[in-house]
Amino acid sequence: MSLLKIDHITKQFGGLTAVSDFYLELEKGELVGLIGPNGAGKTTIFNMINGTYPPTKGKIYFDNKDITQNKPDKIAALGVSRTFQNIRLYPESSVVDNVKVGYHLRVKSSFWGAVFHFPNYVKEENYISQDADSLLSAIGLLKKKGELAGGLPYGDQRRLEICRALATRPKLLLLDEPAAGMNPRETVELMSFIQKIRRQFDLTILLIEHDMKVIMGICERILVLDYGKTIAEGTPGKIQHNPKVIEAYLGTEVSYA
Amino acid sequence: MKLDNRKKQRLNIIAVVGFILLVSWAQITWNPFFTRLANVCAIYVIAAVSINLINGYSGQFSLGHAGFMAIGAYASALLYMSPELKEVNYFITPIIWPLSVIQIPFFPAWIIGGLVAALAGFIIGIPCLRVRGDYLAIVTYGFSEIIRFLICNFQSITNGPLGFKGVPQYTNLWWSWGFALFTVIFIKRLIDSSYGRALRAISGDEVSAEAMGINLFKHKMLAFVLGAFFAGIAGALLPSLLMAIDPYYFQIILTYQFIAIIIMGGLGNITGSVIVGSAFAISLELLRVLETPHVLFTLSIPGIPGMRMLVISILILAVILFRHRGLFGQEISWEWLFSLFSRFSQKLRFRHK
Ligand SMILES: Nc1ncnc2c1ncn2[C@@H]1O[C@H](COP(=O)(O)OP(=O)(O)OP(=O)(O)O)[C@@H](O)[C@H]1O
Ligand SMILES: [Mg+2]
Repeated sequence: MSLLKIDHITKQFGGLTAVSDFYLELEKGELVGLIGPNGAGKTTIFNMINGTYPPTKGKIYFDNKDITQNKPDKIAALGVSRTFQNIRLYPESSVVDNVKVGYHLRVKSSFWGAVFHFPNYVKEENYISQDADSLLSAIGLLKKKGELAGGLPYGDQRRLEICRALATRPKLLLLDEPAAGMNPRETVELMSFIQKIRRQFDLTILLIEHDMKVIMGICERILVLDYGKTIAEGTPGKIQHNPKVIEAYLGTEVSYA
Repeated sequence: MKLDNRKKQRLNIIAVVGFILLVSWAQITWNPFFTRLANVCAIYVIAAVSINLINGYSGQFSLGHAGFMAIGAYASALLYMSPELKEVNYFITPIIWPLSVIQIPFFPAWIIGGLVAALAGFIIGIPCLRVRGDYLAIVTYGFSEIIRFLICNFQSITNGPLGFKGVPQYTNLWWSWGFALFTVIFIKRLIDSSYGRALRAISGDEVSAEAMGINLFKHKMLAFVLGAFFAGIAGALLPSLLMAIDPYYFQIILTYQFIAIIIMGGLGNITGSVIVGSAFAISLELLRVLETPHVLFTLSIPGIPGMRMLVISILILAVILFRHRGLFGQEISWEWLFSLFSRFSQKLRFRHK
């Protein structure tokens, strides 16, 4: 049985149909790319999966549970985490505190325990500190842990968002244009980082990205969206030569070395 | 400079002992005017730190503090005043049974005052905290005024506009500053914990906070109810300090004062709330001269009511214009004190060379 099943969802904003009859099944461990021109509805699909808003029609199943009407916090607790296209960190908090927020959903102590430092809470807090440090060092941000998140360069902010998402220990990770604003060297590092965390945390990943090098380089399967509809689906090799995709999205044929 | 936890704990204990000695010295040797002022400072500190939890740390906008304080003041006074005192106070409309016969010790009465305020916060929070936007500000403003209206009109319970007089004076510096210290430590520990990080995440970005698994309603409610509880305690300390209370004390302007304090001290800055809260209470007293007529060299100056608030408004504007993050960028901590000290001593050594 698949980890995520998106069963023919449609999303309308007033008269605009942003996503229409979208279907996708993700098997555990897959890394699937979602591409399409601006305004195709990619981010809207993420927003429906993580519960930001419910679909107008259709159902979403995660781990065989119907999560269509669930709120984002509930869906996060079930094991779906994400990053945002327009970075949404807590700019006034430190880098490490941003990551630590991701652990909060698994804190078992009540706020009494937290205020009066009950032993169980102290244990949880120690675990959070250690684990947050190891996540930060894996992503190369440990040296900057005390800095304010809002002051980081763009590429670091994107990686910090991934780090925060990992702190929730997701089964499914939704990455919305993680390479946007990164330079070529950072992008290459990001690609190997995504593959590393995928193995290390046993992740299933759905990836939106405009950078074709990333998409073609790491995805096993690609979905192409245009005007809210899936117009093609297949391996990177197949997608590159699909005439519909070339027409709708790539404009002219592009070759990848 | 990094300090290990055991060392910090020892420093904390020393600081608390020093604090108790200082408060005891003040309580025993200061004259009534100064002790009263110091008590008012403590009450302002409790109110400012607690409204900072709601409006500063968790990024909501509540205008309910005067209402919560009124509830704390009246609920506690009704519980600890003696039946005889109540009979004397309610000479126009008699007080209803069983309030007429109930009397409990003042300390549990204060705590119950805080709890009743917290319950009011909980009830207001249920509809308001589920939705985004400024509903909370509007509803808490209305709540605060309605509470005053109810106090004025339910004379058989609250004695209406007459209020209470001759309330026994239980509040002293040990109690008021004890509660202030407890409030500061409680809220500081809360905001330094995982729950505090969640609250700051909500105020930083609700959408991503929720996506990271934080239940917005539950956490906003936590901050709001705790803030209301401490406001209730601050209110409960009032009648037994002033020995009298009436509904006019709890006008919305009281809430504006606390909001002014946390803006000047910095949203989400406890040090600022404590220092500006105390300074505010003191200057309210000192600026009283502006509102009383007096003679300055042969020039007679009429007292203008409202001048105090005008001066304070100008101060707020100045702070917003020049230091919009508040007067205190830095929370006071042992690390900060030690680094200040070492920088200072380095400078001295430099000069001696
Ligand atoms: N909350 C909203 N309210 C109204 N319209 C929306 C909303 N969110 C998205 N849309 C519209 O839905 C369409 C799809 O938007 P979406 O953000 O999903 O596109 P996208 O594929 O992510 O594009 P991009 O590559 O630019 O990020 C757009 O026309 C957009 O204007
Ligand atoms: Mg998008």
